[in-house]
Amino acid sequence: MNELLHGYLPILIFLIIAGGVALVILGASLVLARQNPDSEKLSPYECGFEPFADARAKFDVRFYLVAILFIIFDLEVAFLFPWAVSLAHIGLFGFFSMIVFLAVLTIGFIYEWRKGALEWE
Amino acid sequence: MIVQAICFYIFSAIAVASGVMVIAARNPVHSVLFLILAFFNAAGLFVLMGAEFLAMILVIVYVGAVAVLFLFVVMMLDIDFAQLRSGAVRYLPIGATVGIILAVELVLMFAAWVFAPEVGQALAAPMPGAHVTNTAALGDLLYTKYVYAFQAAGIILLIAMIGAIVLTLRHKPDVRRQKIGVQVSRRRTETIALVKVKAREGIGEEEGVR
Repeated sequence: MNELLHGYLPILIFLIIAGGVALVILGASLVLARQNPDSEKLSPYECGFEPFADARAKFDVRFYLVAILFIIFDLEVAFLFPWAVSLAHIGLFGFFSMIVFLAVLTIGFIYEWRKGALEWE
Repeated sequence: MIVQAICFYIFSAIAVASGVMVIAARNPVHSVLFLILAFFNAAGLFVLMGAEFLAMILVIVYVGAVAVLFLFVVMMLDIDFAQLRSGAVRYLPIGATVGIILAVELVLMFAAWVFAPEVGQALAAPMPGAHVTNTAALGDLLYTKYVYAFQAAGIILLIAMIGAIVLTLRHKPDVRRQKIGVQVSRRRTETIALVKVKAREGIGEEEGVR
């Protein structure tokens, strides 16, 4: 248990350093630079002209479809990791249980391919 | 040990604070960003408990995919939140009623809830020793002992995939798509017509270049 956490000590040190650097950069620009804001400096701009519209525009539902399909295959890959680690212990049954799982998802993949959900118009 | 305790308090404090900010932030995009912060801190807590595989999956799946999906949804909703809030007072009584019932139920549950004494022996699988990494511990059980749950997960993912396609896939009729087979198998003779043109006569309308 403690050995496992010792392995994560470098990551903790990195986190502390990263947070410190971020604080120093932001804080230094806040403290050292001359702050002289006015309404024109603080207003949003697009390459020198006024913004056309609100950033919160509706966009196409197909982005959502791509994201959901990505999550599903992401989860499929997440299931593959422990299987790959303990493939030596779980025998032929474990191997084929994963093959069936992959086959089920491959059916979905073929469906989505045939439907043209992977194409971008 | 002391570092572990300090990390636990920092991670859990940030997780709780960002959880509060998720519902308190005025801008829904900020809410999603605070949700991502909460996920990261929950991953830190998982690591402190020794569940490193769960921590990594939390970062990959929740931060990498689910939070992005939430951002999409927030962007797509296009709700005027000021307008939404103006109606909040009207629904205050019914919302308060639901909230109070939920709070009472939670208090009852935590006040009256005890572990049954036989639960301690009913562990489905004992914790493996320190020599087994927890990815391997999961893998040893998930694909053999819990094969039905595992296959059910696969079926659920399949249903989610089909459902998402059925609900959101709309083909626009007048969009020209790439058909590689048709495009590659086009012959030169089908597309190009060479016409001998006599001097000063031009070409007829019907023989024009297609």
